[in-house]
Amino acid sequence: MPKNPQIKKVLMLGSGPIVIGQAAEFDYAGTQACRALKEEGIEVVLLNSNPATIMTDPDIADKVYIEPLTVSVVEQLIDKEKPDSVLPTLGGQAGLNLAMELEESGFLKSRGVRLIGTTAATIKKAEDRQEFKTTMEKIHEPVAPSLVVTDVESGRAFAEQIGYPVVLRPAYTLGGSGGGIASDEEELMEILANGLRLSRVGEVLVERCIAGWKEIEYEVMRDSAGNCITVCNMENIDPVGVHTGDSMVVAPSQTLSDKEYQMLRSSALNIIAELGITGGCNVQYALNPDSFEYCVIEVNPRVSRSSALASKATGYPIAKVAAKIALGYTLDEIKNAVTGKTYASFEPMLDYCVVKMPRLPFDKFIHAKRTLTTQMKATGEVMSICMNFEGALMKAIRSLEQHTDSLLSYDFSKLSEEEFSEQLKKVDDLRLWRIAEAVRRGWSLEDIHEETKIDLWFLDKIASLVEMEKRLKTEKLDEELLREAKRMEFPDSVIARLGNISEKEVGALRNQWGIHASYRMVDTCAAEFEAESAYYYSVYGGENEVSPDSKKKKVLILGSGPIRIGQGIEFDFCSVHCAWAFEKEGYETIIVNNNPETVSTDFDIASRLYFEPLTREDVENIVRLEKPDGAVVQFGGQTAIKLTKDLMEMGVPILGTSADDVDAAEDRERFDEILEQCRIPRPKGETVFSVEEAKAAAARLGYPVLVRPSYVLGGQGMQIAINDEDVEQYIGVINRIAQEHPILVDKYLRGKEIEVDAVCDGEDILIPGIMEHIERAGIHSGDSISVYPARSISEGVQETIVEYTKRLARALHVIGLINIQFIVCGEEVYVIEVNPRSSRTVPYISKVTGIPIVPLAAKVILGETIKDMGYQPGLQPKSRYCAVKMPVFSFEKIRGADVDMGPEMKSTGECLGIAEHFTEALYKAFMGAGMRLPRYKNMVITVRDEDQEEVKGIARSFADMGYTIYATSGTARALSQAGLSVKVVRKMEQESPNLLDLILDHHLDLIIDIPHRGAEHSKDGFLIRRNAIETGVHVITSLDTAAALAKSMKSAGKQNLSLVDIGTILR
Amino acid sequence: MNAFLILENGRVFSGRSIGEGGEWISEIVFNTSMTGYLEVLTDPSYAGQTVCMTYPLIGNYGICEEDAESERPWVSGFLVRELSRIPSNFRSRETIQSYLKRHGIPGIEGIDTRALTRQLRDAGTMNGMITTDENYNLPEVLEKIRAYRVEKAVERVTCRKKTVLPGDGYRVALMDLGAKRNIARSLQNLGCQVTIWPASTSAEEILADQPDGILVSNGPGDPKECTYVIEQLKQLYASNVPILAICLGHQLMALAMGGDTHRLKYGHRGGNHPVKDLLTGKVSITSQNHGYVVDTSQMDPKIAVPAFVNVNDGTNEGIRYVGKNILTVQFHPEACPGPRDSAYLFATFMEMMGGKKHAEESAN
Repeated sequence: MPKNPQIKKVLMLGSGPIVIGQAAEFDYAGTQACRALKEEGIEVVLLNSNPATIMTDPDIADKVYIEPLTVSVVEQLIDKEKPDSVLPTLGGQAGLNLAMELEESGFLKSRGVRLIGTTAATIKKAEDRQEFKTTMEKIHEPVAPSLVVTDVESGRAFAEQIGYPVVLRPAYTLGGSGGGIASDEEELMEILANGLRLSRVGEVLVERCIAGWKEIEYEVMRDSAGNCITVCNMENIDPVGVHTGDSMVVAPSQTLSDKEYQMLRSSALNIIAELGITGGCNVQYALNPDSFEYCVIEVNPRVSRSSALASKATGYPIAKVAAKIALGYTLDEIKNAVTGKTYASFEPMLDYCVVKMPRLPFDKFIHAKRTLTTQMKATGEVMSICMNFEGALMKAIRSLEQHTDSLLSYDFSKLSEEEFSEQLKKVDDLRLWRIAEAVRRGWSLEDIHEETKIDLWFLDKIASLVEMEKRLKTEKLDEELLREAKRMEFPDSVIARLGNISEKEVGALRNQWGIHASYRMVDTCAAEFEAESAYYYSVYGGENEVSPDSKKKKVLILGSGPIRIGQGIEFDFCSVHCAWAFEKEGYETIIVNNNPETVSTDFDIASRLYFEPLTREDVENIVRLEKPDGAVVQFGGQTAIKLTKDLMEMGVPILGTSADDVDAAEDRERFDEILEQCRIPRPKGETVFSVEEAKAAAARLGYPVLVRPSYVLGGQGMQIAINDEDVEQYIGVINRIAQEHPILVDKYLRGKEIEVDAVCDGEDILIPGIMEHIERAGIHSGDSISVYPARSISEGVQETIVEYTKRLARALHVIGLINIQFIVCGEEVYVIEVNPRSSRTVPYISKVTGIPIVPLAAKVILGETIKDMGYQPGLQPKSRYCAVKMPVFSFEKIRGADVDMGPEMKSTGECLGIAEHFTEALYKAFMGAGMRLPRYKNMVITVRDEDQEEVKGIARSFADMGYTIYATSGTARALSQAGLSVKVVRKMEQESPNLLDLILDHHLDLIIDIPHRGAEHSKDGFLIRRNAIETGVHVITSLDTAAALAKSMKSAGKQNLSLVDIGTILR
Repeated sequence: MNAFLILENGRVFSGRSIGEGGEWISEIVFNTSMTGYLEVLTDPSYAGQTVCMTYPLIGNYGICEEDAESERPWVSGFLVRELSRIPSNFRSRETIQSYLKRHGIPGIEGIDTRALTRQLRDAGTMNGMITTDENYNLPEVLEKIRAYRVEKAVERVTCRKKTVLPGDGYRVALMDLGAKRNIARSLQNLGCQVTIWPASTSAEEILADQPDGILVSNGPGDPKECTYVIEQLKQLYASNVPILAICLGHQLMALAMGGDTHRLKYGHRGGNHPVKDLLTGKVSITSQNHGYVVDTSQMDPKIAVPAFVNVNDGTNEGIRYVGKNILTVQFHPEACPGPRDSAYLFATFMEMMGGKKHAEESAN
């Protein structure tokens, strides 16, 4: 069936801010889909509140709206833009839910707008628990037996019927809190009673426990003519019980025979046909390892994280094909863009093995529970490709960007056998390393399997890696051994360490014996057809397929690795734009990255994509083959910057700002010199190596002080210390990981925080705009609300900032981008941080000012000047729009994480509010971040004594809006004195009814809770915040944020928001 | 022990021997299935051929004996990148290593299977020799390799005598040219009584048994070599008994009715080939294993019309015989290994024989 000619203008819904469970994969899918639609001549209107995405670039869609993803906004947008269709299945769950609401309310019908892709009825069948169950029963597809109960007795009776253990899942508690696995009646009674209380609707699902079964996924596609294919199947190394997003995953499945593979494949096709899905779909199964028995766990009638992984694992562009199917094409009409010869109606065949590992945020939340459950906790993931499983696993481990390079990276050797065997039961992010330790201790695979339920095949592979470690330690490194170690992807550094020789020597032996990496194409068809793809991975022991001969100049662009807190999707935005800019200038572009969720790893972004770890050795192998004319590191965030020196040693010229100047900005002493030369003040500070030195420095500076490691991102390990105990504790935390660089102790200044991104051509600078943080200094810039243009600084301060920026950019010989953070106290301007590279704010400032600074920076790197490109140097005129960038957190997903904010970054994503007026922009930003207030008009205020004065004004604003204010005794007294009516609530440790009961009543809008500073957090405050977050109550831990919220709510209830098409902001 | 694969164009691949030592000459082909190595090993259509698996990890789930598609492996040799050290599956009773040894299948582990596949794709299927002799004389062996032809393969793989599998539905004659077990099993699952006939059986003998339908199976080798079967098929065509033919059966029926066959450059072997039903426009993903293909251009459209086409390369995938109850397909509705999407053809065959006739019905 050809394209439906009635589809001319399509509204695409994005997935909003990045949160745990909904990450960059939807930018990848959405961007690919937009490009596919435009390729077909369709006019695309895009709505997404996330400014860091590539899909919200004016070049990707025809009209781009960075507005909150709410029903009223979409309705308004449909009335404004009058699309004929809405495509909801590419924007994750957020987009899908919105589309469903609009369909169910009859709005779409009333405006004559159709849902394309999958129909509303289909979505409902897949998403509604009861309808799904009924549908599965109808087509005889088994699901785990389950029942929703509202009282303990019926739960007990049902558990009796289906047998223990059972899983309990309370309805509508965020983060699955209150749920658990009950293995007997006693446990059931306890968990169920608690779950019923925590659930807002008083419902708990009781389900047969299939934990320990194999978890298998299929990615399936279907067109409107009913043709179905499976793109890929995947097997979770962690059995059922761990969320697939937190599991190690391998593609294709490794332990299924053809009978099992085809049984589940047929089932998946059966399901997609019955649901009537047109587009992509993901089906998850639990498979009994001892029989052919299986259960359908879940069906996602849309593209998903798994489909992004499947696309990258196979080369099959699922989102692109899904978009074309939505237009009416059938699979046999859509060309396979990878082979260029065959069609989309085939199934990819892999001739390699793919491993995905989750990137978990426990380095940021050191007190959080590391246990992995059915609630996803990973912020991102890495993928690796190799011809054998061992190699793929080793590559994935060193891609994680968490100081891991092998199965030896965590040490459990000091544990007693008893302690160790207890620890092996733990299901957390360190399990892989514990299994390796178990092998080292001589545990049998069967015994390890007994504890972990991980399939013997995977355990044997881990064992073979451990055996190799042992051989490298004990045997002479001959040619055969080195070849085998490299085949398993042991890095030279690990081989050297184990063999007690130098890395150089290993390199020399490799050269002597000709052991080098070769590169293979991901061609979707196991080499059956000649393919045109430019997507490669490395192997040892095989023919090389890349012939990089070209007359063009070549540039190497290093990507940013897995999405983690502090290094998000914005660096992918920068990398992709960098590739596009160099391509326009006639370069061949080479991207190296290992993150399957991103646009930069799509098959047609760069001239050649190497899906590889971002370590010195892996990059050197590519350099050896490609011999690039230069490398760009300033767009890939810290991951890429870290490799600068290595690249120079390999003889690759660094394009743009030199490595030495990057170092000058990071090295405390050199940087101080530069500041002095430039006559720029900074808060006083010292560099230290030990706790004692730190305490002495703090005494000289006077508390409070800021303690942090140098060379970090996202303020990792940065804390405000108010006394010696804090210093001791923080330095202890920092030194958990061996530090090559000193620790910085700075005087903490409590002023306004200002941020600037600029392009410098060596002579002139271009500042698109100045941004101001709403929260006072002390909260990480990534966690602060950022406002453009800065509102509360004087002309004089502004001039100083521009002047300092110019001086610093010149002094550091910046060619390209620079990001500077300032603190302003009155009229005094201090510099607190300089990053001679792209930053988190680059995508947002580009979009709100209409100045595409990444392409400009790329051109500058290639020798153009700011004046040549038609820009007047200096600060650019203000845009007519005001923009507010709001951080978004995923606290509810990480049990045990405290939600208070400080110098260490905790947010996972961001959204934007843009409007002509500040309050409307602010309101939109809060709305985009999910703050949909007012609802019940009840709130709690509990602040420190020193904040009581300041909180009065905020309390009054809320009282004026009709809020009932609850407060603990101290705060209540202060507010009453100010003439406010307040209800006193007992503290948590006091008798019931107390604050906890109030929270669990589910009638609170928000809590303003200002925690005490320093390491000694009150347990009470922590519990209040956790309970509130887990029951869906908003928590604000900064008075500045609270004041901003109160201000923004003046726009609440306003019927029509102004909607801004980003494309109309003049460039 | 080291082992070498010497191709007829002189290219040599090396690895470790995983089976018998010695010299073994055969045709070298590749299969892209990611699962189902036992089914491949035991598919009689591979008689005379050495199979290179493009998926690099083989043997992961061991040997599940009931998945075998015939009583023994038929491949001449087996080429893999890596064999699993341990098998892991609840049904596995044996490692693939011991299975290959037990059956004397020569093979090589650790060869660059992707490079070999690319070679076969670019140069076409060719002959080759597996040898464990490190001091082979290349010009000498090349001569031997080039002289090799797959001959009389059907005779080798067909059953020796007639067998009847019980069933109380339709009575189906299965002409065994090297049939995979799942063909008979699929028919039995639909209630059929299946009589398996050796390839040498005459049309008269089959017709004398008065079957409700005839299934002409898959099998190895060059279809033009099967002159005897082609002659029998002419008579069966004339008989008006419904016929379903698979793979080699499909090629032979075409040859019997004026069509031609020729060799594909490197064949279709795997589980991902899209085939379009020309009547409905629907595309199914099919299991395939063939090196020859039917050319319908010379066939009289009053006698035969194309029924299926390969979406990738446009080659013929099936023929409907006009005015006859005869459908022949190039792909494998019995799957094993591969997708079961076209298993519906067995139900179609039931329709061709007169509609539903299940065990329950005939019992009444």
